[in-house]
Amino acid sequence: MEPKKYMNPYLAGLFLGFVLLATIYITGRGLGASGGIKSIALYGVENVAPEHFENVEYYQDYTKSHEGSPLNSWLFYEIVGVVIGAFISGIISNRVALKLEKGPSITNKSRLIFAVLGGILFGFGSQLGRGCTSGSALSGMAVMSFGGIITMIAIFGGAYMFAYFFRKLWLNQEA
Amino acid sequence: MAPLVPYFISPEFNFVIALIVGIGFGYALEQAGFSSTRKLVGLFYGYDFTVLKVFFTAGVTAMTGVLVLGHLGLLDLNLIYINPTYVNAAIVGGIIMGAGFIIGGFCPGTSLCAAAVGRIDAFAFIVGSVIGIFIFMEGFGAFEGLYTANFIGAPTMGEMLGMSPEMFGILLTLVAVIAFILTGKLEDKINGRETTISKERKLVYASITVIPVVLIMLIWITPSRKEMLWNEAETAAQSADFEVKTMDIDQLAFELVHHSHEYNIIDVRDTAAFKTTIPSAINVPLWEMDSPAWTSVYKQPYKKNVFVGDFSLNVRKAAALARLLGDKDPIILVGTVPEFREVIFNPVQPAADADKHELDTFRFREDAKIKLIRMEERLKNLRQPVKKVVVKAEGGCA
Repeated sequence: MEPKKYMNPYLAGLFLGFVLLATIYITGRGLGASGGIKSIALYGVENVAPEHFENVEYYQDYTKSHEGSPLNSWLFYEIVGVVIGAFISGIISNRVALKLEKGPSITNKSRLIFAVLGGILFGFGSQLGRGCTSGSALSGMAVMSFGGIITMIAIFGGAYMFAYFFRKLWLNQEA
Repeated sequence: MAPLVPYFISPEFNFVIALIVGIGFGYALEQAGFSSTRKLVGLFYGYDFTVLKVFFTAGVTAMTGVLVLGHLGLLDLNLIYINPTYVNAAIVGGIIMGAGFIIGGFCPGTSLCAAAVGRIDAFAFIVGSVIGIFIFMEGFGAFEGLYTANFIGAPTMGEMLGMSPEMFGILLTLVAVIAFILTGKLEDKINGRETTISKERKLVYASITVIPVVLIMLIWITPSRKEMLWNEAETAAQSADFEVKTMDIDQLAFELVHHSHEYNIIDVRDTAAFKTTIPSAINVPLWEMDSPAWTSVYKQPYKKNVFVGDFSLNVRKAAALARLLGDKDPIILVGTVPEFREVIFNPVQPAADADKHELDTFRFREDAKIKLIRMEERLKNLRQPVKKVVVKAEGGCA
């Protein structure tokens, strides 16, 4: 079976907007993603190197302001939901398949290497910028936060700035 | 009044909410095509502007909704989480994220969606994100300076640009619509195709665009629920027809001595003045009276609320507000708090030829003084002024 067409982007945006609005109405906060991944990183450190977790100031501060396991956080439950929701959508639209997506001019191996590299940068940047495209840019726009909107401009501006240098990753080009 | 957490929904159940809204979030992202890295990156090479369309539509929808709910008094905009602004970290962090976006082809949310439908490169991106976050946490000492530099609080765009939130809302909506039109043309040019949008379609899009603009305009010109509440209280307090039960100083002293458990004395002056007040009074400064934390005090049926202060108009306004907020039968003290203290705590010895009534009053005040001082002493150790703290929503992503 062929994968179904994507939803009309404006309709998808409207739907997403209402999900975000409901979140703000119910919980007073917006959506997020990188924070949930941070919970995973914290959980990893706590379980792989418990002594280190107890002794380093950054983790101590975290433990002070958060009760229980790092996985017992709002954003972690939320990203579990994200995975479930995306999976349901994938099933409905026939898009679930174990595969790799990349630009036409690079190999699978380099795609994976660059994906890890990009992840490292994004993960790092999300911590420095206090939130990623979801928590800072999108949720920030909904509440008209100045910080959220300058982060958004920096993310998209940054991506445009670097786009030229990494065009080989994505476009069909003879080297 | 929302947000529903923590007053209407417990923080524990909030985790269930997280899971549910997460499902909606993930579903929306995947349906929009954000599980495809090439679709995402298309934004930066101009062949696919889906991200921009979805992102701005969602942002404008949620923003309009927040403005409308706030205006109707259904959502307390002072309590929702506004991302704090650390200018340097926001910009540097954002640019690093931008680089991560173009190199890795995802952002954290979209990588989760792509992984959920089995994209192997998305798993690689998530592993990378965990490593990146780990590096930040481990090296925090080195980045702390940049992380905390140039903190300017949590301003909104309106505040920064010196315009009303409604004005900014309309501007953002217009910018979004113009971006949709221009990028649509650019997309066609880059892909070498021509999309013709039927007239009906155009009409649909145009009318949908009008909705947020009209809604925000309406908000702009009509008074908000909060403004209406204060205006109504103001008018009522100034009107001669405003009917409210009153008590004079001796009556209040009598009630306090004999039935203090039946009354809530609410001092509406500011906290500095409240240091010397009427025994057993709690402090709810006038301008904080409409805070949701206090409505339960006005609505409770067990005690009568007596409003006291230093200006008769303010006390009347407080009683009017309390009535609007659910107090069926507010009482106001005739006379100010300092007058109360003066009359009861420094009773004036009546003249030698005083009549019986004056002598009785004096004796009553002498007696009340002893009892009320005792009460004040007792309560001093028992109670700190009741302080209701309104819980602000926590949020953010870091």
